[in-house]
Amino acid sequence: MTDITKTEDARTVRARSRSSSILADVRLWAAIGFVLLLIAPHYVYPVFVAKILCFALFAAAFNLLLGFAGLLSFGHAAFFGMSAYVTGYCLQTLGFSAELGILAGTAAGALLGLGMGLLAIRRQGIYFAMITLALAQMVYFVALQAPFTGGEDGMQGVPRNALFGVIDMSTNMNVYYLVLGVFCIGLFIIYRTVHSPFGQVLKSIRENEPRAISLGYDADHYKLMAFVISAALSGMAGSAKVMVFQLASLTDVQWQMSGEVVLMAVLGGIGTMLGPIVGATIIISLQNELAQIGSISTIVQGAVFVFCVLAFRRGIVGEIKHRWALWRSRSS
Amino acid sequence: MDFLGVPFPVFAGQLLIGLINGAFYAVLSLGLALIFGLLNIVNFAHGALYMVGAFVAFLLLDVLGIGYWPALVLSPIIVGVFGMAIERFLLRPIADLDHLYGLLLTFGLALLIEGLFRQVYGVSGETYAIPAALQGGFNLGFMFLPTYRAWVIVAAVVVCGATWFLIEQTRLGATMRAAVENADLVRAFGVNVPLLVTLTYGLGVALAAFAGVLAAPIYSVNPLMGSNIIIVVFAIVVIGGLGSIKGAILSGFLLGIAEGVTRVYYPEASNIIIFVVMAVVLIVRPAGLFGKTA
Repeated sequence: MTDITKTEDARTVRARSRSSSILADVRLWAAIGFVLLLIAPHYVYPVFVAKILCFALFAAAFNLLLGFAGLLSFGHAAFFGMSAYVTGYCLQTLGFSAELGILAGTAAGALLGLGMGLLAIRRQGIYFAMITLALAQMVYFVALQAPFTGGEDGMQGVPRNALFGVIDMSTNMNVYYLVLGVFCIGLFIIYRTVHSPFGQVLKSIRENEPRAISLGYDADHYKLMAFVISAALSGMAGSAKVMVFQLASLTDVQWQMSGEVVLMAVLGGIGTMLGPIVGATIIISLQNELAQIGSISTIVQGAVFVFCVLAFRRGIVGEIKHRWALWRSRSS
Repeated sequence: MDFLGVPFPVFAGQLLIGLINGAFYAVLSLGLALIFGLLNIVNFAHGALYMVGAFVAFLLLDVLGIGYWPALVLSPIIVGVFGMAIERFLLRPIADLDHLYGLLLTFGLALLIEGLFRQVYGVSGETYAIPAALQGGFNLGFMFLPTYRAWVIVAAVVVCGATWFLIEQTRLGATMRAAVENADLVRAFGVNVPLLVTLTYGLGVALAAFAGVLAAPIYSVNPLMGSNIIIVVFAIVVIGGLGSIKGAILSGFLLGIAEGVTRVYYPEASNIIIFVVMAVVLIVRPAGLFGKTA
């Protein structure tokens, strides 16, 4: 039985240990990406790029759990959506400044993640997926009925309060740079988490849980921590989305949203740093193109899902990495 | 005439609705449990296929003029064959991979099927008339019992019982159970296990379609009807544990009733009561009420 997250075979790993060229330098690519994102809104509609950044962070947070802890959550919309509501409430009713609103949303995501995680990690594999889905559906019904969410209407016209109370956020361009900042912080946290002793323990639990436990690691504790971090960052993405669209609605908490984020990670490449970003970019662009034509977008997403599982399990970035590693091992 | 603080007719009415919902939960979770037993995957497309079952009945009537009773047999067969094709051509190639892939694939299928029906029929839904023989109802003195609702409960109990009998009491069922325990060994005895797997998936899916036909006259035939119910059924499956046929049937009915009773006393919570029960069960008995191992 192959593990869902073990997309690299031995040859890839061996080849990677040899590849230390400048092209494999993470910092170089991060710097190039950052510069591109800095100038992007001057060429592309900033709200569109900001939306991609929000969903890329969401997918990367989700991937932290699936790709590096081996836990498939089907309930991440709960964190994304609930944090959006909390941020919306803080900005609209309590008059928080932008950064406090986003922090409040992130905290809400973490707290909800703690509650859901405590229950979900009691079972493994497909049960974990079903439990997270069911708990997220519960959150959906709460959002539907609770007075502060606005029910079917959602929260509309959420004000873009000034950052730190002084920096104006009323233009799309300023909000874009705020979202870019949030995105970079989120991605940095994910990168540090994966490349830390904590991340290594997570991977060992993913590969062989009984063995990790026998080595003295409290597996449940690590899984819960990963779940909370992932939930908090998903919440941060949801909060940033409120700043962009000035709106929080039931769409954000629905199970379809949970499915979308799974698709972004799977399409881009599970367990890669760049994969979720690529996946989110493609899916969001696709939705943008197909939004006018009824439910074509759902049909295409379903078809892409089936195709990825049947024939493209490494995802786009995973496939490129794999090919690249094979090519290098052959040419050297 | 009060019963536990509410008028008895109100209580009985909600209990009946609970029983009917429970009947659908039971038939659907039974199908999921069957499929899980042999294929080790959770069939995310189950809700979509339940919806397809209802639509096939609607189309049989609308296009071919075939009525309710033949549809009750034809629709499960048509959807069952469709399911067998899904198993043979989509699920079998990935059978040796992590079972989460099966979940992802069937999720994609659910999106695909639901999207297609939504594209063609919209979200408003189609109506399906109650067959002539089952119209009207009985006056029980304290409440009015529509005949069709009584029929749904009876039909669900009979189908659940028949499936239980097939699995637990017949030679075919014994072979299936043996294949669940140790597929390789059963194969060594000359049993065509892959065919058995295909048939099991077909049977599970046919059960979903049967539930769909039963549901057609009660709820509107709607492309979204499947995804609304399937998440609740997943929670029920977590509560009952996927290990046993009896567990799936019992927890389906029990939670339907629990939902009905909650609607009497605290209507706002009736949507989430099953998820709350799931959370409690996970804390107290993580393996599920009828589950053997975690």
